[in-house]
Amino acid sequence: MQVPKVLGIETEYGIAGGPEQDPIFASSIIVNAYAQEGRTRINWDFDSESPSSDSRGVLNFASFAPIVETHLANTVLTNGARLYVDHAHPEYSSPECRTPLEATLYDVAGEEIMLRAMNVSNLSLDPSMRITLYKNNCDGKGNSYGTHENYLLSRELEFKAVVAGVVPHFVSRQIIFGAGKVGAETEDGLEQNPAFQLSQRAEFFEEVIGLETTLKRPIVNTRDEPHSDAERFRRLHVIIGDANMSQVATFAKLGSTSLLLSLLEAEGPKVFPSMPVHPVQTVRSFALDTTLTHAVLCEDGKKRTAWDFQDELWNLSDSFVKRTGAQDVAPEDEVALILKHWREMLDGVRDNPASVADRVDWVAKLRVIEGLKDRYNLLDNDAKLRAVDLQYHDLRNEKSLARRVGLQELFSNEQASEAVHNPPKTTRAYFRGQCVARYPEQIVAANWDSVVFDLGEGPLQRVPMLDPLRGTAELTQDLLEKNATANALLKAMNG
Amino acid sequence: MSEQERIQKQKSERAKTEQAEVNVDTTKGDQLKNDLDDLLDEIDEVLEENAEEFVRNYVQKGGE
Repeated sequence: MQVPKVLGIETEYGIAGGPEQDPIFASSIIVNAYAQEGRTRINWDFDSESPSSDSRGVLNFASFAPIVETHLANTVLTNGARLYVDHAHPEYSSPECRTPLEATLYDVAGEEIMLRAMNVSNLSLDPSMRITLYKNNCDGKGNSYGTHENYLLSRELEFKAVVAGVVPHFVSRQIIFGAGKVGAETEDGLEQNPAFQLSQRAEFFEEVIGLETTLKRPIVNTRDEPHSDAERFRRLHVIIGDANMSQVATFAKLGSTSLLLSLLEAEGPKVFPSMPVHPVQTVRSFALDTTLTHAVLCEDGKKRTAWDFQDELWNLSDSFVKRTGAQDVAPEDEVALILKHWREMLDGVRDNPASVADRVDWVAKLRVIEGLKDRYNLLDNDAKLRAVDLQYHDLRNEKSLARRVGLQELFSNEQASEAVHNPPKTTRAYFRGQCVARYPEQIVAANWDSVVFDLGEGPLQRVPMLDPLRGTAELTQDLLEKNATANALLKAMNG
Repeated sequence: MSEQERIQKQKSERAKTEQAEVNVDTTKGDQLKNDLDDLLDEIDEVLEENAEEFVRNYVQKGGE
């Protein structure tokens, strides 16, 4: 069975500065500043969170379950997103979106929200304590933080089928969606001593499958926390991937992955390319190869480069779209745009990298690195090159290098501003965001699958939202517009 | 000569070279190189001044 590919991205931002250089305190300042500015101080409700549930069916007590912190700043925004402090980073979890393009827009809105939060925070901080945010995934010293994608899957799909379907994509997609990195920072990475890697994250992956996200990071994360009706849905929680500054890269990353998951639901894992024999070595070795010629042995005895994997996966997706339309991923025009960018980026990185420097982050970054190296005769490990690597991801307009390298944009400033304030109309995020905007005084908490109201008398009332495809504008706009108060809304819903 | 002055000097020299090339038939390769030079000039202007210190001070806690 195929289900619509509802999706979203959560991003932990790098953070520098703040009082006493304390990143947890600085992250709280960021979240609280935005919440006060937007007057949404509605708490996140942890009741239905169970991040230690495992898709493989049994809880693996030998592994470290992720720790959920409940005491830090945590808010729900009017656009349906969650803005909070996760570990020592401010994190934006986008609202649930219906298509890859919409999810890209809400990722761009997340950047804008972080930028506004940073600017508001810095107004009240001493100049020596000003906070800077970075949309990246590592600090160059062995510390990594994540950009996670989430996709709705049918529960009927067995988990081992998911693994067989996604591993070929997850090890190879970095050749077009990698954000690039100068040097290396893990023990194994440093041994290889690369000048440049395609991905920020690749060298941090140590397992093929697993529950953890902070230790022994797995290529396929087994967290089974659907945030929806667990009888019908899975949520694939993807932890392998870089934060992209390129909007087109984000879009094609979400689009290609959605298409492949939809194909997997429709036809099972047998149509997919064979897995590499050693997936972890593969993801790391592909990251180290900017020539894109390194081939790895697969379980079917053939050798494939990352480019070969992507070429096969693109052809599978193209044929799937021709046969079925892939309407569970997006409307026809958008699906065509996914395939177009994916193909052009794939051919570009191999045949003419300069032609895709406006879309592929690692190509754009490497062009600057090599240009400066030539201009000043710099060595591979010059601090200036590492500074470029970091500053590529700086959110400040006056400092960001990503904003200067000529990346294509998919959305106008007006569209991004609209998405900062308003939820997507196409999922339950609409109902959540609208409730936060309309009845802020009566909502005591909200999370992905419910909103909790306090009407002042009687017990708290929880409105469950177990289906991500309900609570849309089509289904709830009239109801919300007709009921000016939370009391009236709940009365109408209960009546 | 300070680094800033040296960059300025290099830039003005490059500007002269570019002007001289306007009249010749600019191939696509030259165009790409000029674009990159302009980009690098712009990046030089905004790059953190003390790269070493900037990179050293950027330390994060692991996340996720």
